Amino acid sequence: MNGPRGAAPRAARAPAAGSAAGNGRRARSAAGRWRRRAPAIVAAFGILALWQGIVSGFGVPTWIAPSPVQVLQVFVERGDVLWTNFWPTLMEAASGFLVGNTVAAVLAVWFVHSQLAERAFYPIAVFVNTIPIIAVAPILVLLLGNGYAPKIVIAALICFFPTLVNMVRGLKAVSPQMLELMRVLSASGREVLFKIRVQSSLPFLFAALKIASTTCVIGAIVGEWIGSNYGLGALILEATYNYRAPLLYATVILGAGMAVAAFAIVTLVERRVLKWKPPEVF
Amino acid sequence: MSTVAAESWAAPALSSAPARRAGGAAAVSVRDLAVRFESDAGSVTALDGVGFDVPAGGFVTMLGPSGCGKSTLLRAVADLVPASEGEIAVFGRTPEEARLARDFAFVFQDATLLPWRSAIDNVRLPLEVGGRDGAVEQHAEPEKLLALVGLTGREAALPHELSGGMRQRVSIARALVCRPRVLLMDEPFGALDEITRDKLNEELLRIWRETGTTIIFVTHSIPEATFLGQKCLVLSAHPGRVREYVDIDFGGPRTLATRDTLEFVEVTAHLRGLLEESS
Repeated sequence: MNGPRGAAPRAARAPAAGSAAGNGRRARSAAGRWRRRAPAIVAAFGILALWQGIVSGFGVPTWIAPSPVQVLQVFVERGDVLWTNFWPTLMEAASGFLVGNTVAAVLAVWFVHSQLAERAFYPIAVFVNTIPIIAVAPILVLLLGNGYAPKIVIAALICFFPTLVNMVRGLKAVSPQMLELMRVLSASGREVLFKIRVQSSLPFLFAALKIASTTCVIGAIVGEWIGSNYGLGALILEATYNYRAPLLYATVILGAGMAVAAFAIVTLVERRVLKWKPPEVF
Repeated sequence: MSTVAAESWAAPALSSAPARRAGGAAAVSVRDLAVRFESDAGSVTALDGVGFDVPAGGFVTMLGPSGCGKSTLLRAVADLVPASEGEIAVFGRTPEEARLARDFAFVFQDATLLPWRSAIDNVRLPLEVGGRDGAVEQHAEPEKLLALVGLTGREAALPHELSGGMRQRVSIARALVCRPRVLLMDEPFGALDEITRDKLNEELLRIWRETGTTIIFVTHSIPEATFLGQKCLVLSAHPGRVREYVDIDFGGPRTLATRDTLEFVEVTAHLRGLLEESS
């Protein structure tokens, strides 16, 4: 008992002290990570300091441009207002993300199986995509009223097209040989769809989901601009009209934070789900 | 290790492989086969009047100039390309019946592994599709097949973590998992370097001997066709026709040293002559 217990730490210590293989490489990679990220961090703090310096140095009025410290103050003092408006927007963005991507994925599967459906609806999807979202928003408010529905639809609409295009491409990105293999194995259409096509479309789908994760927040905020008295979008308008610049800046930062968090979540999920290397995608 | 694997994998009916090889029953029989493709410029005849028999348990290589339709011929046997005229029988069945009964398996030039599946899960694929769930006891164990192709310990590896030769080994194991009576191989080692190719050629002969499977093997390498085949079907091009069906016998087991014998060189010279005439 004594032997192994004594031996274990020595064995663990040996590579660290002796060769630089184990811990040395890890330390080097940590240093490398810091060296890679340091410029961005230093630059960001530099810009913040410059901003603070200009605003206080030139005596810029707060309603034109607040200083970083003032914006930070809003987060502390008006936190409740920010958070009560944060949740509706998050709900709209998340629901829109879910609805838009689901509809797009289902349509993509249909398009891949029916050339007639693709020929009939793909051009319409392209046309809808060309209408600026800001122009569609009032139409949807007229149709769906002032509640959550139009915001969710706008967020869904903005997610929809990139996912549709990528998913169709992904489902078709199956090598002819793979299809021949499945034919030799007498596989059914369902088996080809679920065992081959869906799997091989995942890298394409995640590329689209990364786009959608940030645009769905934009969709929700734009939706709130057109007739709404809650949400980050409404708060942005209210703060602007009342010249409450620190609140405006804080709201914008919160919206951006939401988009960044959504992007990070999608990236994390992708890393867990996609363990294989797609052949020549992106 | 390999004998254990072979014993467990060979179907009861196939375990007496040498006896079957001696009996003359045809595994694959092709009669007056013609394959034509319709294109914009009209009809293209890929194969015309092709006829030959592959003896059960035999190893037949197919050689021909490019465009002679050797791949098309293999695909017609595999029910991937319809025959325009003539007949193909795989153990007395039409290619479609044989495909549904899993009488044959196909190995492509590209390993065609599913990149998101580990080696062992790729080998399992044939057991999961085509309504195969019920008949598990008729299948070889995927673990033992990976051992048979020399990939013990790499079961969990994803295809991109394997070399080209290893990927092709996985695809051969996958082809063997349903214990096919006929193995159709379309230039399986064409994309590999020569050393890997030589090694896999030797191993394929060993697998063939241990399993008793009938193999039809398309290649454009004359030494490969000579080394592997008991018979070599030489095709001529435009349209594809049988030039000669050559018997190859070196009297004894083949090793890489066989390639340096005079008989081997004579056969390759003969085959080269046929190819030069027919291209």
